[in-house]
Amino acid sequence: MSFTVSDEDLTALGERAVADSAGAITGFEVAHGELNLHVPAAKIVTALTLLRDAPQFRFQQLIDLCGVDYPERPLRFDVVYHLLSLAHNRRVRVKVQTDEDTPAPTVSGVYPCAEWFEREAFDMYGIRFSDHPDLRRLLTDYGFQGYPLRKDFPMTGYVEVRYDDEQKRVVYEPVKINEFRAFDFLSPWEGAQGTYVLPGDEKKGA
Amino acid sequence: MADDLAPIPEHSVSALTEEDRKFSINFGPQHPAAHGVLRLVLELDGEVVERVDPHIGLLHRGTEKLMEARTYHQNIPYFDRLYYVAPMNQEHAFCLAIEKLVQVEVPIRGQLIRVLYSEIGRILSHLLNVTTQAMDVGALTPPLWGFEEREKLMIFYERACGARLHSNYFRPGGVHQDLTPSLIEDIGDWCAAFPKVLDDIEGLITGNRIFKQRNVDIGVVSKDLALAWGFSGVMVRGSGIAWDLRRNQPYECYDQMEFDIPLGKNGDCYDRYLCRVEEMRQSTRIMQQCVDRLKGTPGPVMTENHKVVPPRRGQMKASMEALIHHFKLYTEGFHTPAGEVYACVEAPKGEFGVFLVSDGTNKPYRCKIRAPGFPHLAAMDVLNRGHMLADVSAVLGSLDIVFGEIDR
Repeated sequence: MSFTVSDEDLTALGERAVADSAGAITGFEVAHGELNLHVPAAKIVTALTLLRDAPQFRFQQLIDLCGVDYPERPLRFDVVYHLLSLAHNRRVRVKVQTDEDTPAPTVSGVYPCAEWFEREAFDMYGIRFSDHPDLRRLLTDYGFQGYPLRKDFPMTGYVEVRYDDEQKRVVYEPVKINEFRAFDFLSPWEGAQGTYVLPGDEKKGA
Repeated sequence: MADDLAPIPEHSVSALTEEDRKFSINFGPQHPAAHGVLRLVLELDGEVVERVDPHIGLLHRGTEKLMEARTYHQNIPYFDRLYYVAPMNQEHAFCLAIEKLVQVEVPIRGQLIRVLYSEIGRILSHLLNVTTQAMDVGALTPPLWGFEEREKLMIFYERACGARLHSNYFRPGGVHQDLTPSLIEDIGDWCAAFPKVLDDIEGLITGNRIFKQRNVDIGVVSKDLALAWGFSGVMVRGSGIAWDLRRNQPYECYDQMEFDIPLGKNGDCYDRYLCRVEEMRQSTRIMQQCVDRLKGTPGPVMTENHKVVPPRRGQMKASMEALIHHFKLYTEGFHTPAGEVYACVEAPKGEFGVFLVSDGTNKPYRCKIRAPGFPHLAAMDVLNRGHMLADVSAVLGSLDIVFGEIDR
C-alpha cells in the first residue's frame, strides 16, 4: 500500500497555513491527495519563510521549483514550488502567478538550492526573479535566443548546427525541417459525442 | 634564431605576487572524472579552490518539451535516457505519477517485479558509482570487478524486457511482460553469490590507505547544508539524517519488505561510499525476498483495465473489443483527468520526482522532471570551497552525477 495522507489532514494543514500566514497565503485546495497553496507573487518570500521556520509546518526542503506556461491567461506563468517537511513527513505545493514583465522575488535567500532552479525557470520560460544573485541561462547553448519551454516556441526551434569543414568550425543555420508533425489523435474514445467533427468531415453538411 | 627570442623572465618563488597565484582553469567538458559532459570553471588560488562555476546543459535534449508532444506511452522511453545506469527507477516515477492521476492499481505480482527491478537498478548504479569513484582517486581494479557484476545484472534486464539499457519495461498499471521461472531462479542464485563479490570489492577499497586519504573528511556535508540545498538519497543519509522514501513514504510493496537503512556519521565522501556499499547489501536482501515471493505469487503483472493497459496479443487476435482497445491505445493513447500530481521514488541517487500537469488530453501539458543530481551539482561551489584541486574529482565522484538527468 502506498503512502497517502488523508484529505482531512491536508485540509486542516491548508487551513492552518492560511490562518497563520497573515495574508501571505491567500487560499488552498486539496486535489489528487495533494495540498496546493496559493500565494501572491510579492509575498512568496514571507510565505516560504513561514512554512520553513514555523514549528507547525517545518518544510525544511525545497524539492523542486519550476515554471508552467498558460499563454491564454493574463498572468501566463505559474511558478510552482514543491516543499517537503522531513519532520512532519508532509509535502506541499505552493503556486505563484506572474507574467513576462513582472519579476517574482527570488527565494534563494530562503532555500539556497532555489538559485539553480530559478536559473532554469528563467532559461526555459523567461520568468524573471528579482534580486537573484546570478540570473544567467543554465541549460541552453551559449548565446541561445528565446525560451524553449514556452508553448509558443516551436518544437523544432529556430536554428540548427553542423560542423563546416571549410570554415573548420561549427556553424548555426536556420532549421530546414518545415514543421513538426503533430497528428490529431483526440478523437473521442467512446464514439462521437457533442460537437466533435471527425477529421476529413469538416465540409459535410455545409 | 635563438637570439631573436625575448629572454624568459626569471621568477623566484618569493617574487610571485598575489595576482600570479590566482588563475582559473576549465575542468572538462571532456574530462574522464567529470562523469559525462560537465564544464567546471574553477577559480584557484595556487592549488586551493576558491570558486566553482559548473556550466551544464551540454547534454540538454529538451526532453520536457518533447514530452509535451507525445502520448503517455510514447514518453516512457525518455525516462530510460535520463539515467541510463538504472533506467527502470526513472520509469517507475513516471508510471506512479500517471497511476496517481488515472487511479489504477498494480497487481501484487507486478509490484514485486517492479521492486525487484528497482533494486537491481540500485545495485547497478551503486556498483558503477562506488567503483568509478575508486578509479577517480587512482584505483583501476575495482571498476573491472564491479562491471563484471553489472554485466550479469544487465543480462537480467535483457531477459525481462529485451534491452540492456533502454528497457521501456514499466507501464502505467504494471510491467509489460511477466518474468519466466528460470529468470527468477537465476536472479535468486545471483543474490546468493553477490555478497561474496561485494566482500571482495570492499577488500580492495574500504581499508585502502590511498582511498581513505583521498576521501575521509573531504566534502563534508552537515545536516543543515544537506537540508538547505535540497539534497536527498545518500547525500542526506551520509550526513546522518534518517530519510528514505522507501521507508518514510512507502510506495508499491516496500512496506512489506524487510531492510535496513544505513546512515553515515560524518557526512564526508568516505561515509557516503560506506552507505552505498551497505545499501547494495540491503538491496540484495530485498531482491531475495521478492524472488521468494514471486515463486509463490502467480497472477497478472498488469491491471486488466483495458482503457489504460493494452490487451495481450493473444486476446487481440480473438476479440474485436480487444482489437479496438489495442488500436486506440497505440494511436491515441489514454486520456488522463485534468489536474496536477507529483510522484517520486527513491532512485539510487536520491529523490527522483515527476511533476505532471494534465489538461485532460492524451498528452502531458507539462512534465517537470526533478532529478536528484541537479541540486547536488548546484552545491558544488559550496562543497568545494577551500578544498584542493585534486579533491574536486573526489567530491564530484561521491555526488554521483549523471548528466542525462541533470541536463534533460
